[in-house]
Amino acid sequence: MEADSRLVLPLAALFTAFFVAPLVVLLLLSLHGDIAMQGWTLGNYVKFFSDPFSYSILIDTLLLGVKATLVCLLFGYPVAWLCASAGARWQSVLVFLVILPILTSVVVRTFSWIVILGRQGLLNQIVTGLGLSNEPLRLLYTEVGVVMVLAQVQMPLMVLPILTVLSKLDPNLGDASRVLGAGEWRTFFRITLPLSLPGIIAGCILTYAASITAFVTQTLIGGARLIYMPLNIYQQAVGANNWPFAAALSIIFMITVMIVVGVLGAIGRRSEIHGRA
Amino acid sequence: MAGRRRIRWEALSLKLVFGLLAAIALLFLVLPTAVVLLTSLTSSQSLRFPPPGFSLRWYVALLDADQMQRAGLNSLIVAFWTTLLSSICGTAAALAIARSRSPLMRAADLLFMSPLLLPALSFGFAALIFINRLGLSPSVPLLVLGHGIVCVPFVLRTTLASLSQLDASLLEASESLGADRLTTFRRITLPLIGPGIGAGAFLAFMASFDNVPVSLFLADERTEMLPIHLWQQIETNLDVRTAAASGAIVIATLILMLLAERFAGLTRQMH
Repeated sequence: MEADSRLVLPLAALFTAFFVAPLVVLLLLSLHGDIAMQGWTLGNYVKFFSDPFSYSILIDTLLLGVKATLVCLLFGYPVAWLCASAGARWQSVLVFLVILPILTSVVVRTFSWIVILGRQGLLNQIVTGLGLSNEPLRLLYTEVGVVMVLAQVQMPLMVLPILTVLSKLDPNLGDASRVLGAGEWRTFFRITLPLSLPGIIAGCILTYAASITAFVTQTLIGGARLIYMPLNIYQQAVGANNWPFAAALSIIFMITVMIVVGVLGAIGRRSEIHGRA
Repeated sequence: MAGRRRIRWEALSLKLVFGLLAAIALLFLVLPTAVVLLTSLTSSQSLRFPPPGFSLRWYVALLDADQMQRAGLNSLIVAFWTTLLSSICGTAAALAIARSRSPLMRAADLLFMSPLLLPALSFGFAALIFINRLGLSPSVPLLVLGHGIVCVPFVLRTTLASLSQLDASLLEASESLGADRLTTFRRITLPLIGPGIGAGAFLAFMASFDNVPVSLFLADERTEMLPIHLWQQIETNLDVRTAAASGAIVIATLILMLLAERFAGLTRQMH
């Protein structure tokens, strides 16, 4: 082995001992009935797939990710577009504002959203003050609230990959399209959007994975009645002390995340090849 | 003329729609930070917004909040060791991965990045089961290892990005002038990829300081971590001291971000 390649060994050792090994133990535990790990069984998996309540939590979680990702894309793309068209100095300021939420402590961020979304919170004061609604809106402990907060919290993960692609885009392509008589919208939908697809997909992968696994945000904004997979795993592991079932839930959730990421990644690679052609 | 007007209107409408969406998004991005800062400066006992008056009394009250201070110190210590661990291991691995085309290295890269996508809560739980099977119980060193796993991807990503922009001819020039590998690394490579490592270390520090899902399983009973302490405060008795602690964290984050921007070009490293 060359000297350079050996530099990977410390991290490889750390990951083997403290990442791969725990996941293997997790998988093994999920195939047993109790923590003593005696006698193999598929019981935990059978229990999950035969209980509509269990798998409806998984489906709710996957749909939550889709909603949060779409909202993120709708608002994140224009932000990336604005950053890309700004001068160097303004671009730094905008990127600074964009990464601010992801670096602010997640508990602090969520706390702030409770102040904003609560019954007498900022948003409800504005809504009732403007006479848009007589009753305060229920946002805290609802899915609408969770989607809003997730979209805000994960926005940087969507904006940054799109910005990377947009800032490498050849401006001549847009100019050529306009010179040939295409309007701005047509140029956007036929030229800019397709060429930025690799960035969009990279952004969607990161946002989606982060949204469905966002334990703190889901739990604090969603409350105890809106249950998604991370809270479900936590409740089974710590509340019900049913480690083997919690392990099975973890494995099912991880495999689902990997499948979604894999499919989106494959679409992304295809769009990149098309982009180059 | 009608055609030209149509094109001008189109250009305007696109800018208008995109500008409006971006403005809403930016407002929502900044809003929570502003709300935390203003709420923490309230003079009243309640978290009502906007505050009826301003004072620093809740920041003064933090000076007596022993439990919160201990939790903050624990989080700082764990974040420090995690940053050291992930910066050293992450940079070394990035050097190996960047210079290699072997499929084994690609697979290693994928493995090291996977904690960024997989549910951290599941990993924390798996790590707890694992150390339980080994007959160990949660402790600070094990917590640092767990944080290291979820924080390494940040260092790896920024360092790999800056290595990919490193001009290989500089390294060749250095070696042809007789410098050995270590000298070349110390005098050429390290100064050039330094900002990348710095930005990654900063992100790793913030991610560790803020981590809940891994700490929830790997912190022992005596070691309370700040985010978990604040979470419990929010869920049980939502008092204004929580807002002051949040305000203090926000201010510290902003200062660190400005320093990271000044010394590591943070915003340039992020995209």
